[in-house]
Amino acid sequence: MNTLFSPLGDRAIVIELGDEINDQTEQHVRKVAALLESRQPEWMIEFIPAFVTVAVFYNPCLAKYDDVKIALKELLTQLTESLPIESRTIEIPVCYGGDLGPDLEFVAQHNQLTPREVIDIHTSGNYSVHMIGFAPGFPFIGGMSKKIAAPRRDSPRLRIPERTVGIAGMQTGVYPIETPGGWQLIGRTPMRLFLPEKDIPSLLRAGDKVIFKEISKEEYHAWEDDLNAENS
Amino acid sequence: MLKILKSGLQTSVQDLGRVGFQKYGVIVSGAMDPFAHRIANLLTGNDERLATLEITLIGPTIQFTKDAVIALCGGDLSPQLDDNDIKMWRMLPVKKGSTLTFGEPRIGTRCYLAVAGGIDVPELMGSRSTYLRAGIGGFQGRALTKGDEVHIGKMNLLQTKALHQYTENEFEWLLPPVRYYEEPIIRMIKGKQFDLFTEDSKRRIFSEAFTVSASSDRMGYRLEGAHLALEMPTELISEAVAFGSIQVPADGNPIVLLADRQTTGGYPKIGQIISVDLPLVSQLKQGQHLRFKEISLQDAQQRLVEQEQYIRQVKAAIHLKQEEWT
Repeated sequence: MNTLFSPLGDRAIVIELGDEINDQTEQHVRKVAALLESRQPEWMIEFIPAFVTVAVFYNPCLAKYDDVKIALKELLTQLTESLPIESRTIEIPVCYGGDLGPDLEFVAQHNQLTPREVIDIHTSGNYSVHMIGFAPGFPFIGGMSKKIAAPRRDSPRLRIPERTVGIAGMQTGVYPIETPGGWQLIGRTPMRLFLPEKDIPSLLRAGDKVIFKEISKEEYHAWEDDLNAENS
Repeated sequence: MLKILKSGLQTSVQDLGRVGFQKYGVIVSGAMDPFAHRIANLLTGNDERLATLEITLIGPTIQFTKDAVIALCGGDLSPQLDDNDIKMWRMLPVKKGSTLTFGEPRIGTRCYLAVAGGIDVPELMGSRSTYLRAGIGGFQGRALTKGDEVHIGKMNLLQTKALHQYTENEFEWLLPPVRYYEEPIIRMIKGKQFDLFTEDSKRRIFSEAFTVSASSDRMGYRLEGAHLALEMPTELISEAVAFGSIQVPADGNPIVLLADRQTTGGYPKIGQIISVDLPLVSQLKQGQHLRFKEISLQDAQQRLVEQEQYIRQVKAAIHLKQEEWT
């Protein structure tokens, strides 16, 4: 695959590693990110890995666009070394339906299933995190079954509580903080995905495997009470 | 300490932003007009990275509980100290018990109040800026309201001397106020997806005026004007966005992404506003107009380097002035 470079304004460059979302390109993105993380060129300010791109923000007083492009090309030749890519599996407990997942019924009806079947399908997916973006710790999670896909709401909700699990099209994800949004809400997790007090403030990282596990309302509330006690 | 006697429209603690965490989806935040923020800090003898207060459109009433050195830069919101008009873009000593108020906005919408020693709030992820949506950083993660008491950091020796030896007109020579325009011409670099737009859109982005719409905030400004459209509807894969990215959603109205922008986006980017012109955009208010003009990436980077040199000169000049007092 040909690697393309393009400017993102006067302070960033985008490295394009593929033109479609697939495992190979995602691996490639993670390797480039790991390489940048370990080398930290002096002109680099930070970087944002996405599905098929890595954007590198730099200081133009230290290196202009062409210098950065040459340096990155050179750096990428070192990618052949096998960089260890960490793969973790994170279990996310979810209490489905009711007040915590007001759209579970809609998703079920839309797919001519029962709410029980939606939960069973959602908890049996083979999920992995494609990227973190949009909101702090927000995971774009792939691997959801077509059988429970659902369209976005016509009119987005103004407030979706933090830790709510949603479905939009064939994607599923968790809102780490309270935000407006148009996804169909099927449940809520007591687990925090945004951890501002930690060195790495996101629970999930690109490449992580995710398992959704159903918990009861009692378990959910017990967990949430612990969370509140911890924060107070 | 700064006591907030009356809250304005939106006053928040900001610095140069939260750098290095966008890969975890954490937005940068920071001053909408980083130039004014930096100069305000430098004028008080602060490091430019210390926190200031970003005061928006309708200013608060602030009382100083001890002697201080301040500077106000950015939008002119008619500042007064104990009912006397005060000049912006210069250093000013303030006596304990004095009250800072604001009046009619003359030009611009965001004024930066720097205080010698810096606004002292806890650092979170290496920054003191407020991330309003997540409710973290800055002063308790929120805008200031009546009754808040905000701490000021410790002054260094030079700042203390400035406080006592400053005389009127001392900094008169220093800085011409930055011009914010009623209808600025904003320079932009063509975006990665520029060529996906229709011929008509590619022409009109540079030939017509756009209006800042009512749904504009620290995250982004929605513009209204020429309807911009893609030649072919294209599904794009989300990728990073930056301060000043001009995205065009399906409704055809461009959105300029600003300090509180999300980290990634999937809309096509027709252009990218150059760094040195971002303050001109950030200082616009609802209903104002702007026009776009193309500039090359090389020129844009040259302007940015020149601006950094200018800031370095300002820094050196202020330092020299302060040393005269020692």
